[in-house]
Parts: sequence; C-alpha cells; structure tokens
Amino acid sequence: MTDFLIDLGLSRGLAVLIAKTLGVFALATIGLVWTIFLIWIERKVAARFQDRVGPNRAGPFGLVQSFADAIKIILKEDIMHRGVDRWVFNIAPLLSVMAVLMLWVVIPWTPTLVGVDLSVGVVYVIAAGAISAIAILMAGWGSNNKFALLGAFRAVAQLISYEVPTVLALLVPVVLAGSMSLQGIVREQHVMYALAAPLTVLIFIIASMAELGRAPFDILEAESELVAGYQVEYSGFKFGLFYVGEFLHAYTVGLTMAVFFLGGWRGPFVDDLPALGAVYLFLKSFIGYFIVLWIRMTVPRVRVDQMLDLGWKFLVPLSLLNLVVVALVWKIYPGTDSIDSFSEAIGPSLVLLVVNILMILGVGAVLREQGRRERERIEAKQRALELGAEPVSDVAPAGAGR
Amino acid sequence: MTVNEWVFVGLFLALAWLLPATPIFLAKFLAPKRPNPIKQQPYECGIETIGDTWVQFRAQYYIYALVFLLFDVEVVFLFPWALAYNKLGLFALFEVIVFIVLLIVALLYTWRKRALTWAS
Repeated sequence: MTDFLIDLGLSRGLAVLIAKTLGVFALATIGLVWTIFLIWIERKVAARFQDRVGPNRAGPFGLVQSFADAIKIILKEDIMHRGVDRWVFNIAPLLSVMAVLMLWVVIPWTPTLVGVDLSVGVVYVIAAGAISAIAILMAGWGSNNKFALLGAFRAVAQLISYEVPTVLALLVPVVLAGSMSLQGIVREQHVMYALAAPLTVLIFIIASMAELGRAPFDILEAESELVAGYQVEYSGFKFGLFYVGEFLHAYTVGLTMAVFFLGGWRGPFVDDLPALGAVYLFLKSFIGYFIVLWIRMTVPRVRVDQMLDLGWKFLVPLSLLNLVVVALVWKIYPGTDSIDSFSEAIGPSLVLLVVNILMILGVGAVLREQGRRERERIEAKQRALELGAEPVSDVAPAGAGR
Repeated sequence: MTVNEWVFVGLFLALAWLLPATPIFLAKFLAPKRPNPIKQQPYECGIETIGDTWVQFRAQYYIYALVFLLFDVEVVFLFPWALAYNKLGLFALFEVIVFIVLLIVALLYTWRKRALTWAS
C-alpha cells in the first residue's frame, strides 16, 4: 500500500500517513461490523446450550437477524427523561464502545500486520480496558435513576476488584517473554504460554469475565434486583452501543487471550505466508470467546459479597503467589534468559507446567476443604434451628443493600 | 518513530469516538421524537421516584477503592522488573519477592481488619 502511494509520486511521510490512516479506518470499521456477527454467534451458541435453535428465520441460518435488529434499534425513539445529566448521559455509551475498540489497535494480526506495535503494549491494554469502568460509572451517575446508580456502584467495585488479578496475570507473559510489546510477546512464544502456565490463564479468564460484567459476574445489571443496572434508562441506539461494547469486549477477551497465552499468529507455515497468521489468530480467538460463553451459560450469578471475596481473598493472593512461582522457576532453570527456538523452550516450559499442575491441585484441595467447612457450618446452623434454638443469622441476604 | 506511533493511536481514538456516534446522529433524523411527561419519568418499577437519586452510598465502596489504589500502584512497579527480568540476577528476584511478600502482608492486614468483608 505504502509502495503503491510512493509510486504515485507522494513523499514517503505522506504515503505512510495515508496508508496508516486507511488501515486504522478499516480496523475500526471491521471491529464494529464484526460485532453484528458476534451477536449472531453468541445467540446461536446460547441457543444450543439451552437446547434451542436460535435465530433462524432472517436470511440463511438467521445471519441477517442482527442487521435487522441494528436497523430497528436506530429507528427507536431515544427517550431522555427528566433530570439526566445530559453530557455524562450521552457520552457514556460512546465511551464504552471506545474503550473496547482501543484495544484492537495494538493486536498483532500477522508477523507484519499490526495496527500500532507499542513498546508498552501490555500497559496500554490494561489502561484502555479499564476505561469501561468509567463509562459504566458515568452511565449510572448521569441517569438520575436509583437502579442505575446502584448498578454503577457495584460495577465499579467489581471492576476495580478484578483489575488487580488481571494485571498480575498479564505480568506472567511479560516475565516469560521479557517484552511488553504484544508483537514481542507473540514472537517469544515458542511454546504457548497457556501450556506452560495454565494457572495464569485460569486467573486471566475469571478476572476478565468479571471485568466484562457478564454472568456469572453480572450483579451490576442483575435483572431480578436492579432491572438492568446502569443501562436501565437508555433506549434506542444509545442502549445499542452498550450492547455493542459488551459483545465486542467479550470477543476481545478471547482475542487478547489468544495473543498473550495461545501464541497469537503463530502456527505452521506462517514464515512462508504471513497472511496465514491472521487466520490462526482468528481461530484461536474463538477458544477464549467460547470459554467465556460457556461459563456464562452454565454458572448462576454470584452475590455481591461472594464476588468481592472471590476477587480479594482468592484471586489476588493466588495471582501474587503464581507470579512469584513462575518467576522463580524461570530464573532457576538454566538458560531461560535467551530462548530462540522451540527445542530450547520446551524444557523449562515442561517444568513450569508440572509446577503449575501441582499448584492447581493444591488450590483445588484448599477450595474443597473451604467448601466442606462452609457446608458443615450451614448444616450445623440448620440443625440448631430445627432444634428450636435462637436463630443466628450471618448469611448475607441476596440483595445485600447498597 | 515512537512519537509517530502514538499519532495513529490518537487517530484511532478519534475514529473510535466518531464511528459509534454516527448511528446516534442517524437516529436523530430517523427516530420519532414525541416526549411527554409520563414517558420522561425516571424508571422505578411503576411507582414515582421519591427523593433525590444522588443519595449517600455505602462507605465500604470507599475502602475497596483505597485498597485497589494501593495494589494497582504497587503492581505497576512490577512492570519495569518484569521487563528487565532476563537481564537481572537471582538477587533482584529475591528483592521483588520481598516486595510481593510486603504486598501480601498488607493484604492480610486489611483482611484481618475486616475491610474486605462485605457487611450486610
């Protein structure tokens, strides 16, 4: 593209600028149009999980359904009720889409094609991803609605609680690769980090799901308690934008997971044909995306106190411990500071995998013990209740206040 | 070159605002607009809202925010170490472990102080 423009007689700087501008435009457009298909995919997958067929009337396999929905939602009246904070209310949906779309700019699609290969890529991913918390708080605060405000409070408590484990999980690929650029992390990934450090992937998925704010962590929009949480007052396409932001974010989790832990564009024959890398990344991104959907369809919603406990009392200590263990193993194993090929990487990766499996087993044992004790405590209380003793209530009610 | 790169991030930022805003502008012309006082009430399960929306909220959110701030700032300090990990020796690793242990001690302290318990 750049060469073509130079041939047309443009100066090099201008040619690069035009080519990059077009590329950026294409990337943003593809991202948003892709969301329409994502909604279709998610509805189809969700339907299969619930033994339904899903959308199947509009077009082949119901493919056009989401387009029809998008057109319909543009034609809906945009209700602005009394007492909203206009600026905050209107900017929030745009911000929620922007926050996710900004992540796409650093994703390396092939060995050569990447929006912008920032040297601080990982920090950028974390920073851009955290903007959605502000969008949700703005939506809840600007809505002049108590449900929305409660939802926003919960959302922010949840997002900041799970921000720490996410950051700690993303430190592991940085340690293993010795690079913060996403392209650099993919290049150093001779063995998929998901195979070397599966515990980190588990932490990353759980924390990301919480940052997504979807089931089982959807207490910020818990339908049965808060109606729709922060988005209760939105209608028309402004609601649609929150929808787009949520679906695109879910897919982007799969995408970032593929880049950080599944080797990004790496695969057979990529050296000969770089464009193949985009196909591999595309296929790998569905692994994480499907796991997110699977958990969403399977697990019931957690309570607000359970959510905070899981974040602070389980994931934060575990991810700190995990980071220390990975760093120790990688340092003690000789020759890990200059790995250039698969054969050099396989040895330390196997050791790390064994250590990780031991840790997962240990954590599982601790959790089982904890669960057993919790069960016995509740059983003992019920028995005491049946015997007619004074009831002692320390179990938080389902909608534990604001 | 690095300055150049951030220009495109800026460009993308502008686009990321512009593209979602387009359908909203479209909707301004296409969508009906018939406001009436009942439609414009804040939603509250069919009853009228009593009092102000921006009420006092639980102070506990504030405690979580404080703990988060502490952790997030300290975790950011780990990034330079992770980046230079391959060039540093075992000694630097033990220094970082001491740092992380201090973090864990801080976490245990807040835990013991019941700051992490969601009181109902």
